[in-house]
Amino acid sequence: MTIIDIDHTSRWFGNVVAVNDVTMRIGPGVTGLLGPNGAGKSTLINMMGGFLAPSTGTVTLDGAPIWRNEQVYKQIGVVPEREAMYDFLTGREFVVANAELHGLDAADAQRALATVEMEYAQDRKISTYSKGMRQRVKMASALVHDPSVLLLDEPFNGMDPRQRMQLMDLLRRMGDEGRTVLFSSHILEEVEQLASHIEVVVAGRHAASGDFRKIRRLMTDRPHRYLIRSSDDRALAAALIADPSTAGIEVDLKEGALRIQAVDFGRFTELLPQVARAHGIRLLTVSPSDESLESVFSYLVAA
Amino acid sequence: MYNPTVARLTYRALLGRRRALILFALPALLIVISAAVRGFTGVDDKVAADLLGGFALATMVPLIGVIAGTGAIGPEIDDGSIVYLLSKPVKRPTIILTKLIVAIAVTMAFSAIPTLIAGFILNGNGQQIAVAYTVAALVASIAYSALFLLLGTVSRHAVVFGLVYALIWESLFGSLVSGAKTLSVQQWALALAEKVAGQGYVDASVGLPTAVVLLIVVTVGATAYAGQKLRRLTLAGEE
Repeated sequence: MTIIDIDHTSRWFGNVVAVNDVTMRIGPGVTGLLGPNGAGKSTLINMMGGFLAPSTGTVTLDGAPIWRNEQVYKQIGVVPEREAMYDFLTGREFVVANAELHGLDAADAQRALATVEMEYAQDRKISTYSKGMRQRVKMASALVHDPSVLLLDEPFNGMDPRQRMQLMDLLRRMGDEGRTVLFSSHILEEVEQLASHIEVVVAGRHAASGDFRKIRRLMTDRPHRYLIRSSDDRALAAALIADPSTAGIEVDLKEGALRIQAVDFGRFTELLPQVARAHGIRLLTVSPSDESLESVFSYLVAA
Repeated sequence: MYNPTVARLTYRALLGRRRALILFALPALLIVISAAVRGFTGVDDKVAADLLGGFALATMVPLIGVIAGTGAIGPEIDDGSIVYLLSKPVKRPTIILTKLIVAIAVTMAFSAIPTLIAGFILNGNGQQIAVAYTVAALVASIAYSALFLLLGTVSRHAVVFGLVYALIWESLFGSLVSGAKTLSVQQWALALAEKVAGQGYVDASVGLPTAVVLLIVVTVGATAYAGQKLRRLTLAGEE
């Protein structure tokens, strides 16, 4: 059992607070660290990976502090977000070098390359690799020493759907084997597909923690706002407001549209086309107006 | 305290980049100039001393030191790839010391050896001038490597600062302000060369004991500090 404990940890850079009094515990299995860009995910991962000192609080691996403790890397494998690697090496040379730095040999490197299915391109220079290939070689370099903890910063960024699925399978397998796998993402669907457990950070604060169903429910149960244009806005507004799934409607004359606040997401999405049809109204535009992640997250923080 | 894998990566990074061309170009230039001077003026001890002192030791050695010293670590810190060294159970001072050894070896290879060859071309090591300046280049290689490695660890603009130090401080201020000469790797190295060469061919403005003490203090101090810096190196995310 390998557990990373973040205890009342804050980190600031000058006047900017990147992580604000966060307490969380990451255990075996796959955990998703979810939050919009700039929420402090990378700062948290960098502290868990020992590349950043907490300003206050502690970050420990099975009780041992991670900062300035090179010994933790016997257990931790890190997949950084940044692209830069030793581009002048071939994939194999790079992974072998990583193995050697762990006191291991080429056979371990070969095993790691096989795990990420990169043997076919292992003798090509890294500079010729696609983003997905780089990501897999990075994975191999993090896996050479068979770590019990794997930290990945935005591992799916820039991957195509096939590569994404492959990596998800691999991470799922790692989690099933009892490893502590933590990855960050700003895309809910990614996290939902992979992680059984989710930690949400927003604006440096720990906003929610739990399994994805609970968080998904929190996200879909929040009030939704829509912008709707139709052939007869006022008739549509009158018909919709009669139903309890709608909490408020504003006729926006400037935009020539309705701004609708729905409280029951599921019911409203079924109701809207039915009402339109029954009244012979044509729907011209139906667009969610606050689907940005930031608004979803800020709702979570308030909840 | 020495890690062969770190060394291999550092060698390949140093010699594989485009800036490595300067490593080959400068010594080639020195040797071409020396051959030309020998061809035009024949053997002249004074000219040999002037060329080795003015170009080899004053310009070539520090420039190669800047390239090797900052290049051994700076680019890795800049682009973040150092994370692959730092996320290993390898002591950070070991990483610094290994990189220092590589930087010293590269600087020596590309500055001291060409200096010796140039010296032999110029006057066949008359008055021990070739050997004297080679010794100076070897010693300077160590101090420059340590200084510029530290610079590469603390600043993103290490190459610029290194060039400013090497060219402006040592060459310009060193020749104008006498106090600046005391704090100049070049002068410390010259103090050693002065002992080796025949009387009157090498002129150092620092005494030998002072030079040796300062060389050791700077080399050890810079290396220790760089090791500390690396232990505390934080990698900011891209957020």
